[in-house]
Amino acid sequence: MAASERIVGESRAHRSGVNLVLWAILILFVLTAPAYIYPVFAMQLLCFALFACAFNLLLGFTGLLSFGHAAFFGAAAYVTGHVIKIWGLPPVAGIFVGTAVAAALGYVIGSLAIRRQGIYFAMITLALAQIIYFLGLQLPFTGGENGLQGIPRGHLFGIFDLDRPLVMYYFVAAIFMIGFLIIYRTIHSPFGQVLKSIRENEARALSLGYNVTRFKLIAFIISAALSGLAGATKSVVFQFASLTDLHWQTSGEVILMTLLGGLGTIFGPVVGAITIVSLQHELSSLGSWVNVVIGLIFIVCVLAFRRGIVGELARLLKTSSM
Amino acid sequence: MFEMGDFILEARSLSKEFGGFAAVRDVDLAIRRGSIHALIGPNGAGKTTVFNLLTKFLSPTRGSIVFEGRDITSLKPADVANLGIIRSFQISAVFPHLTALENVRVALQRKLGISYHFWRSPRVLEGLHGEAMEKLASVGLANFADSPAVLLSYGRKRALEIATTLALDPTLMLLDEPTQGMGAEDVGRVTDLIKEVSAGRTILMVEHNLGVVSRLADAITVLNRGRVLAEGPYEAVSRNPEVMEAYMGTSAEDADG
Ligand SMILES: Nc1ncnc2c1ncn2[C@@H]1O[C@H](COP(=O)(O)OP(=O)(O)OP(=O)(O)O)[C@@H](O)[C@H]1O
Ligand SMILES: [Mg+2]
Repeated sequence: MAASERIVGESRAHRSGVNLVLWAILILFVLTAPAYIYPVFAMQLLCFALFACAFNLLLGFTGLLSFGHAAFFGAAAYVTGHVIKIWGLPPVAGIFVGTAVAAALGYVIGSLAIRRQGIYFAMITLALAQIIYFLGLQLPFTGGENGLQGIPRGHLFGIFDLDRPLVMYYFVAAIFMIGFLIIYRTIHSPFGQVLKSIRENEARALSLGYNVTRFKLIAFIISAALSGLAGATKSVVFQFASLTDLHWQTSGEVILMTLLGGLGTIFGPVVGAITIVSLQHELSSLGSWVNVVIGLIFIVCVLAFRRGIVGELARLLKTSSM
Repeated sequence: MFEMGDFILEARSLSKEFGGFAAVRDVDLAIRRGSIHALIGPNGAGKTTVFNLLTKFLSPTRGSIVFEGRDITSLKPADVANLGIIRSFQISAVFPHLTALENVRVALQRKLGISYHFWRSPRVLEGLHGEAMEKLASVGLANFADSPAVLLSYGRKRALEIATTLALDPTLMLLDEPTQGMGAEDVGRVTDLIKEVSAGRTILMVEHNLGVVSRLADAITVLNRGRVLAEGPYEAVSRNPEVMEAYMGTSAEDADG
C-alpha cells in the first residue's frame, strides 16, 4: 500500500515538474519573442495561438467539433475595427465590444447547433458561419471585398502609444496570457471536470443529472468569446479586418493547428499555431502551394503521430496532462 | 415489512414505438419501495427500452410514469436524475480517461452546486476526496483510486460504475445487466455488492443470469416482445409455463453458448 502510494506521489511530482517546465518555456517565449522575431509576426503568432487554444477548449475538452469558428474570430475583428475606427472607442473598449459580440454570436450559433450530434453539429456551425461570411461581404460597414482598413491602434489607457511596436507587442502578450489563463482555469475547474466527463461519456454524464446541453452551450460561448478576443486583437495589430478572417478556410486552419499541436493538451494548440503560421510565413513565396505543403503535413500528422506534437511529447515523458 | 401499495415507482400502459414497431407495449410496472426488482426477458424484449423510458432518455409514445407520487412523464433526463433515479448502462459506463477517484468525484461534486463555476480552482473539489475514497473502498477499489478507469478490468469497471452511482445516494437505482460478460468470480462479487448496497434503497435491475436473479430479486417482471408476460416472486414466475417457453428456453441456449 505504502509503496503504491509513493509511486503515485512520484508520478504526480513528475507531471507537475514537466508542466512547470512548459509554463516556464511559454512565459519566457511570450516575454522575449520580440528580441528574435519581428514584432508584428510575433503578435500574429500569439493571436492565432489564442484562437487555437479557444478552439481546443471545445474540441479537446468538450468533444465538440465546430467547423465555423472563423465566424467568431472574424466577426469580432470587424466589430472591433468598426467601433474603434468609426465610433472612436479606445483599443481596450473596442476589443471588449468585439469579444462581447463574439460571445453573443456564440450563444446564437451554439444554441442552434448543440441540439445536433457529431457531423451534423459540424455542418450546422459551418452553415451558420457561411451566413456570417455572407454578411461580412454584404453589410455596408464591412467594406465588402476590400475589408475594413485603416483601423487606428490608438493609445492604451490614453497613455501608451500602440503605434510603437514593442508597446503594442506587450499589450498583445498581456491579452494572450489573460486568455490562456482563462482557458487553463476553465479546463481545471469544477466546470471543466464536468466538461471532460461529457467528452468521455455524454449519456453517463446525463444520467448523473448534469444538464449536458447547458454545459456544452456555456463551453461554446466561452470558446466563441475567446476566439473573438483573438480576432479583435488581430484587427488592432494589423489595423484591418478582412474576409479571410471569416472564411471557412480559417475555420479549417484552426482545426489543423489544434490537431497538429495536440488535441486536448494545454500547450499543444500554441505549438500548432506557431508551426502553421510560421510555415505559411516561410513558404509564402510558394503561393498557393503552401496549402499543398500544409495538407501533406496534416496527412503525415494524422497517419504518423495522431496525438500531435505535444501529445506525443507527453507520451514520451509519460505524463497525461500537458 | 412494507405496506401494500407502497410503490416508489409506477408505470402505467407504458408504450414505445419506433416508426410503427412497438418495442414496448402497454407495460404496467410497480416497484415496491426498498425491494430489488428484476426485469427479465429474452434479447430484444424491450428491457433496455423500458429503462430508457423510465429515465426519460426516450419519451414514451403512450403511458405515464409516477415516481414517489409525482408524475414524471414529461421531465428531462437530468431532472429525473436529480429526483434520485440513477441508471447504469448495459455497456459499462465509466469516464475512461478520468481516474477512478475522478469518476466518483464527478458524481459527488453535483451536490456542491458549483458545477457551472468555470472560474473556480479545482482545489474546491479536494474536499470530496475523503468521501470518494470511502465509496471506492465500499466496492473494493481503494487501491485503484489513481488508475485511469480505462485500465481497470471489466469487473472493476462495473464496480466503479456502481460506486459512482452510489455517490449520488439514489433512491432508485436502475442497473442494466450489471453482470453481463463477467466471469463467475466477478459475477459473485458484483452480486454481493448489489445485495450490500440495496440496504435502504430500491433497485430495478435487468439481469440475464437467473442465478443472480434468484439470489437477489424480491419480485420479477418478465417481458417478452414488449409485453409483460408474468410477474411476481421468483418461485412463482419461474414455474409459469409461458415463461418457461418464452424465456427459459433462451436462457438454456445462453448457458450453452
Ligand atoms: N432507438 C431504437 N430505434 C429503433 N428500434 C429500437 C431502438 N431501441 C431499441 N429498438 C428495438 O426495440 C427492441 C427492444 O430493444 P431493447 O434494447 O429494449 O431490448 P432488450 O430487452 O434490452 O434486449 P437485450 O437483452 O438484447 O439487451 C429491439 O427489437 C430493438 O431492435
Ligand atoms: Mg438491453
